[in-house]
Amino acid sequence: MSHGSMKINLKVWRQKNAQAKGNLENYTVNEVSPDMSFLEMFDVLNESLVNKGDEPIAFDHDCREGICGTCSLYINGRPHGPLEGITTCQLHMRSFNDGDTITVEPWRAKAFPVVKDLVVDRSAFDRIIAAGGYVSVNTGNAQDANCLPINKEDADDAFMSASCIGCGACVAACKNASAMLFVAAKVSQLAKLPQGQPERYTRVASMVAQMDKEGFGACTNTGACSAECPKEISLTNIALLNRDYMRAKFLENS
Amino acid sequence: MNWFTQTLTSTLGKKMVMGITGLFLIIFLIVHCGVNALVFFPDDGEMFNKAAHFMGTNFFIRLGEVVLFIGILWHIVQSLMVTLTNVMARPHGYAKFTNSSPWYSRSMGLLGTLILIFLIIHLAHFWVKSRITGVSHQISFEGKSMDNLYGEMVTVFSELWVVILYVLAMISLSYHLMHGFQSAFQTLGINHKKYTPLIQMLGLIYSILIPLAFAAMPVVMYIQFWYN
Repeated sequence: MSHGSMKINLKVWRQKNAQAKGNLENYTVNEVSPDMSFLEMFDVLNESLVNKGDEPIAFDHDCREGICGTCSLYINGRPHGPLEGITTCQLHMRSFNDGDTITVEPWRAKAFPVVKDLVVDRSAFDRIIAAGGYVSVNTGNAQDANCLPINKEDADDAFMSASCIGCGACVAACKNASAMLFVAAKVSQLAKLPQGQPERYTRVASMVAQMDKEGFGACTNTGACSAECPKEISLTNIALLNRDYMRAKFLENS
Repeated sequence: MNWFTQTLTSTLGKKMVMGITGLFLIIFLIVHCGVNALVFFPDDGEMFNKAAHFMGTNFFIRLGEVVLFIGILWHIVQSLMVTLTNVMARPHGYAKFTNSSPWYSRSMGLLGTLILIFLIIHLAHFWVKSRITGVSHQISFEGKSMDNLYGEMVTVFSELWVVILYVLAMISLSYHLMHGFQSAFQTLGINHKKYTPLIQMLGLIYSILIPLAFAAMPVVMYIQFWYN
């Protein structure tokens, strides 16, 4: 299907199911085009595996335009590969050299168990959101935009936090498999807006409790999460989470 | 579990205890370093011995010592608990990984363990002698007899391996503080674009100056002992 010139060697984590042991398998993909995305290279490999009658490699993907947060992959020791500020689907083979050997592993965390091959179960994030990462109001018709004035800086800050796509790269990058950056972004996006105020402190208390229940680690403030985040979520979100959690526990009724 | 223990045993609560005890120990180091810097005063340790005598006999300082030991132990015990949580959070590691954070930020446990080993030896060198077994030399100023802790330091720091051990321990302390100082503020929710650069700069200066001053004590005393 392709007319590329690159030869890529892969070491890919294969694991039949959640219970199986799993191991790294070697593959070689020939005729890789430098313009292919990393996932398209996997499509080519999978096509050849299917043609040979082998089981294709399972990996998560959806929009393939860097906005949905479905793709993952720990590529050569970094979540979403060697480039900064992008997801795996936005990584192209031109970022690699002909003949390179690339190691591809799933996210590793107790809270993200492997489902199959490179697919992990990230529903722990959904349960954290379900614990309080929302605003409980009956929306009805949208009200007039100007009846709820919001400072431009606050709106921008909230938007920066809201740009988190929940891919889990922060957990994958963290030496403690901590979900702090994710939870911090989801707490901050509402804490910075007037709509988030009524449930501000019950929200942070419930979400942190759920985060701990899922088995994520604690935050060492190494900054690896933010460095690897495809949306470059800032560590100031984590400080806000810490601040709001303390207030929730020591000053509020939550 | 009531709300208080539940808060302190959450991952955030554990880290807050690390931060608060860490900042407390940072303040202690300023006092410790300030008093000990008197050994650099060229009066054969008179001022240092008097200061040490005051510190050793003042009731409030002694009470502070109890709080200090609680602070140190809490910092250590809490770090073990946090580390346990963190290790359990990733039962299966990566075959290949690239680090995108400073090595000393990732090695707080290792650096802390090195500091703990040093601390035990350091306490055996001075604290045990001055509080429990008694210091071998006494000295009197204006008719008042007191422990000659300066003389004790001269004796202890006349051995090369002790000097090397202290210097290595201070390098560990320096890196531990380089992460710990600013990390404590972040953990306690203090992060502001106006003040965080200041905190980070103060942290860097503190992490270099304090261990450097401490390391200079055995080095200078060793040189004075053997080359004067």
